[in-house]
Amino acid sequence: MNTDTQYLHEVAESDYEHGWSTDIDADTIPKGLNEDVIRLISSKKQDPYWMLESRLRAFRHWQTLLADSEKYPRWAHINYPQIDFQEISYYSAPGNKPKYESLDEVDPELIKTFEALGIPLEEQKVLAGVAVDAVIDSVSVATTFKEELAKHGIIFCSFTEAIENHGDLVQKYMGSVVPYTDNFYAALNSAVFSDGSFCYIPAGVRCPMELSTYFRINEAGTGQFERTLIIAEEGSYVSYLEGCTAPRRDENQLHAAVVEIIAHKDAEVKYSTIQNWYPGNEDGKGGVYNFVTKRGICEGQGSKISWTQLETGSAITWKYPSVILKGDHSIGEFYSVAFTKGRQQADTGTKMLHLGRNTSSTIISKGISADRSNNSYRGLVRINKGASNARNFTQCDSMLLGDRCGAHTFPYLEIHNPTAQVEHEATTSKVGEDQMFYCQQRGISEQDAIKLLVSGFCQDILTQLPMEFAVEARKLLAIELEGSVG
Amino acid sequence: MKPIIEIKGLKASVEGMPILKGVDLTINSGEVHAIMGPNGSGKSTLASVLAGNEDYEIEDGTVDYLGHDLLEMDVDERAREGVFLAFQYPVELPGVSTMNFLKQAVNSVREHRGQEPLGAAALLRLAKDKAALIELDARLKQRSVNQGFSGGEKKRNEIFQLAMLEPTLAILDETDSGLDIDALRSVSHGVNQLRNPDRGFLIITHYQRLLNYIEPDFVHVMAGGRLVRSGGRDLAVELEEHGYDWIQTDH
Repeated sequence: MNTDTQYLHEVAESDYEHGWSTDIDADTIPKGLNEDVIRLISSKKQDPYWMLESRLRAFRHWQTLLADSEKYPRWAHINYPQIDFQEISYYSAPGNKPKYESLDEVDPELIKTFEALGIPLEEQKVLAGVAVDAVIDSVSVATTFKEELAKHGIIFCSFTEAIENHGDLVQKYMGSVVPYTDNFYAALNSAVFSDGSFCYIPAGVRCPMELSTYFRINEAGTGQFERTLIIAEEGSYVSYLEGCTAPRRDENQLHAAVVEIIAHKDAEVKYSTIQNWYPGNEDGKGGVYNFVTKRGICEGQGSKISWTQLETGSAITWKYPSVILKGDHSIGEFYSVAFTKGRQQADTGTKMLHLGRNTSSTIISKGISADRSNNSYRGLVRINKGASNARNFTQCDSMLLGDRCGAHTFPYLEIHNPTAQVEHEATTSKVGEDQMFYCQQRGISEQDAIKLLVSGFCQDILTQLPMEFAVEARKLLAIELEGSVG
Repeated sequence: MKPIIEIKGLKASVEGMPILKGVDLTINSGEVHAIMGPNGSGKSTLASVLAGNEDYEIEDGTVDYLGHDLLEMDVDERAREGVFLAFQYPVELPGVSTMNFLKQAVNSVREHRGQEPLGAAALLRLAKDKAALIELDARLKQRSVNQGFSGGEKKRNEIFQLAMLEPTLAILDETDSGLDIDALRSVSHGVNQLRNPDRGFLIITHYQRLLNYIEPDFVHVMAGGRLVRSGGRDLAVELEEHGYDWIQTDH
């Protein structure tokens, strides 16, 4: 195993052990889940009464799902031991105690990669878990940034702040796209979520910058049950970036996030994700289970929601960013690169649900599997009866590196309107020996040749990412590819 | 004039089937050698073996390249040491931009030679000059490597890369096949411009018409995995008149 990969494993491994240690400090609730725990979380969050009610409703529903083994989701093409939900602690206060006093104590390999990715110094500290002075650049950046947004009437804050200050908006929209009854993990999230992000773009406003959770990294202390709500009013535009590409100190094994997007008439929301959480060691031990529900609704006519994702992390990824195309002439897009290696398992794709007339959707999915990993695309395109002249184009390409990995495609089509036009293309290819030979004959090393070919394979998707994000995505892919083939 | 490559008694097989049955050939700096021969005689195998294609098993013989044992070197190492193969069938690299590909190739070679890597601007300038040399459509550089190129464009692109990488030994594997007369002219013109006293060429071709444009110093005829006849330019003309049957029956 190459050193870059090694450090990722080492760093994350140590965090993993740290995360599951049993000593309980003052701000962590004991393991297990019952109504008292929900009430305790709610009181720690200083929830208003309606929020507590909402949590309890979701919790009671989740209990019925848990009790009925038929309701526990098993359909995905993934394998993992049954999760013991009573063995998990559901709340720890934001702003975990720093592990180190200075960057000198951090693994130099980790620092090397931060530098390779071009991560600013202060941000490196946060990511590595180093104590950060209260008056640092990123805080002032965040402040200036908030002032700029306020001028346009844009609200961008933590979910907790939103509940406190914008309760009417939260009550109106939360659960309107992903109700707690949607699925097992959505129910769990709705009961126990600790924080997340909230974003509101007023009518006619084009958000002047890419909104990123990166700016909130200090205050976030992101829990394992995050919730994001994005509302784009009529004619507005926002590009939202989730996560950051640096290897992230993470102490939770089970992640069950919910993201909801509402796009009103002529609004456009572009949501980009780079996910590289700890994937577990070579034998598949440890690693994050990432069970996410992401969905947007094109509520108004002519609205557009676009998901772009680069998934390289987690032991298990179970994720289907979807779009409900309700407004006439609305557009849904899904662009995805999923890279798996070691024993990683990814089952990811999308759902495009066409309700309105003249709606169109595009799905482009690229799966790359290496080592003994499994990579599945699962996608549903549904054209409802009233959705006349709906169009969908789907393209799923898989690339295999080596012969012990797997690539699978599970497309589902439900067409209930004869005017629909649906196209599906799928390819599976191995990195060709002739392509490798060609590159190497030009003096390019084996490792560089693989990077070149894989990045070429993902080119269509990477160009969809906002520029700076795309640059980081390329670097991240290169790091992940190191030593994954040989 | 010094030897670039000395091949002695080279035998190679594919899946147990012998293809090269003892090839001897020396190319000195500044020389252009042409190997002609019927299909299946082993011409292209020789090119692949010299470039390091692992589909072929080396059974016997030695290849000395500028004092190194060429057969011990990896494919990319050979390339960085100045061995260039213009492929008979250049592969497509979907999504890999031609300029990015060239940048990596050129800079790997430069780094190996102890030269500074070229920046984007310098590389573009170089590419512009070299593309003009072989009349490569400038738009091709904007595309993915060889993707959607016509047969002729792919072959021009090979010679363009040859010009960019400035090898010591350039091997052209049936570069003329599939070229129309105009493409053949411009590719030949490019190759002629690239001839110089420090460089050696090994040109593999089925037809002698290429040799009307690129005048070789030596012509060899390959049959049954051996070089059965060697001579000057006139040997190619003789072959043209009598056909390969003449060599084979004679042999």
